[in-house]
Amino acid sequence: MTVVPNIICPVCGCCCDDIEVTVENNEIVKVKNACAMGASKFESYSKHRNTTPMVKKNGRLEKVPLSEAIERSAEILAKSQLPLLYGWSCTSCESIEVGIELAEELGGIIDNTSTICHGPSTIAVQEVGLVGATLGQIRHRADLIIYWGSNPWSAHPRHMERYTALSEGRFQKSVWHKFWRRFNVESIKKKILRISEITRKHQEPAIPFEEQTIEAQKTSNEDRKVVVVDVRKTRSADMADYFVQVAPNKDYEVLQALRALIRDEELDVDEVGGVNVTKLEELSDVLLNCKFGVIFFGLGLTMSEGKHRNVEAAIKLAQDLNRRTKFLIMPMRGHFNVTGADTVFTWQTGYPYAVDFSQGYPRYNPGETSAVDALRREDCDTTLVVAADPVSSFPKESVKNLVSHPLIVVDPCLSPTALMADVIIPSAFVGIEAEGTTYRMDHVPLPLKKIVEPPENCISDEAILRQILDQVRRIRRSKG
Amino acid sequence: MEAILLTGRTIDQGCSKESGKESEDYKESVAICEMNADDMKNSGIKEKSNVKVTTEFGSVVVKAVKSQRLRTRGVVFIPYGPWVNQVLASNTDGTGMPLIKGVKAIVEPTNDEVPTINEILSKEPMKNYTVK
Repeated sequence: MTVVPNIICPVCGCCCDDIEVTVENNEIVKVKNACAMGASKFESYSKHRNTTPMVKKNGRLEKVPLSEAIERSAEILAKSQLPLLYGWSCTSCESIEVGIELAEELGGIIDNTSTICHGPSTIAVQEVGLVGATLGQIRHRADLIIYWGSNPWSAHPRHMERYTALSEGRFQKSVWHKFWRRFNVESIKKKILRISEITRKHQEPAIPFEEQTIEAQKTSNEDRKVVVVDVRKTRSADMADYFVQVAPNKDYEVLQALRALIRDEELDVDEVGGVNVTKLEELSDVLLNCKFGVIFFGLGLTMSEGKHRNVEAAIKLAQDLNRRTKFLIMPMRGHFNVTGADTVFTWQTGYPYAVDFSQGYPRYNPGETSAVDALRREDCDTTLVVAADPVSSFPKESVKNLVSHPLIVVDPCLSPTALMADVIIPSAFVGIEAEGTTYRMDHVPLPLKKIVEPPENCISDEAILRQILDQVRRIRRSKG
Repeated sequence: MEAILLTGRTIDQGCSKESGKESEDYKESVAICEMNADDMKNSGIKEKSNVKVTTEFGSVVVKAVKSQRLRTRGVVFIPYGPWVNQVLASNTDGTGMPLIKGVKAIVEPTNDEVPTINEILSKEPMKNYTVK
């Protein structure tokens, strides 16, 4: 039995680096320090995995040797007019590098999962820049933390504990005792409500909308403060000092109203985006009176109406606030290496995602060269998916086109996408069975460890892609 | 009932996606529609009963669940997954990003069953869904 300390967690963009696992007979038997999602991956990654390469023959998937699956993939890709190479956020930077080389060789489109995640954030950053820092700075110095359209409790469970309000910084203390008290009070309240519902069979009268759009909890001025802005009262909102409930698709309006308010302008309306203006004034005071604030924004901004314009307004709010105090802004990146995918794409091609090599040089035009659009218009005639599951995450119409053409999947799991593929190549789990580099959401590169040996026949994504690339080159050379 | 459809991550969805998307856990945590209690009462939708969610782009049957987190009426929430994708558009308005949150929808009670992931994916005109 060996205990492996300081493992980087290969789940979300937090990339927690303090995971400790116990390995016995090449199996992970115990996980320490991980959140529910991390523990779930380390404990059950091997239960639902695939270890045999498969190729579709006469409409059925058949088990084949690895070399045959690689050869078949290379044949399909070499024949394609315009292949789409999609995924990349759950694999190492080294594999992404080979993927881009393959896309250039094939003259295809390569896109990563940013395209349906923080792609709009990237567009906004290209227009107005970003006031950023590493998470360490935030952990030690930030006294005001805003989560806008993001729910760290569910999507980045250890974000608060490691980098913001619940972390013990050099200049800012953890406020866990305050949160703990609040959490207990909330659960007692809920219990009482439930009992009263059962005994009296009576429902609480609905609270008028204006009264519930912003809630301030009692807090001392010395403490770190947390503000949550969202369209529903998430679990993260339960923990916040201020919760602002915005009407769906109205984030842009609220952000612009706040920008006006912090410049001491007056608004001649009573309500913006479902939030009372007096309450917004209260919030703008909180923003102006902090020493070091940070906005973490999530898909609530990028996926709702306005998309990149919402993010642009949020960045400009942070820029405006820097005239009066210190303020930062950072996207809450989802998959563990989606930041790495953007980074590798940028240093190799000049563009962060949605790169088209069909002209022989890289072109970038989200809306045209992005995966969802290319599939919707049926531009692509073959798709290679690496470490992603577009069948579960793309809208129906794009999925329909994705599966109606040849599909090759390189992934350790038998995802719904893999089950619809023509060729399935199982790979080793990066961060568990293979090494590699990942980028944390604040662009800090971290080494992923190999903890256990992969099953026989399972090699890393990088090795699989390298072999496919070599085969493609051989086929193309033989045809001249 | 007319509603604004929101989507998002939940901790259950996050955990069950790591333990396999074919699992019953995944279906139970993703094929649900969280609703405001008053909305459910008014439209005659019972807790854990099936509802049909229809948008301009399609419809899907999921299970209704009462949620304290949706405090404003007329807003429903379905976690990310193949079920909610059945009712979302592929049009991105030139941004590469489809509209995934804040879509107009109609929610009504139904007697239809919640489809399994295989049933969703094997629907015509999709390719034959090949099971291992």
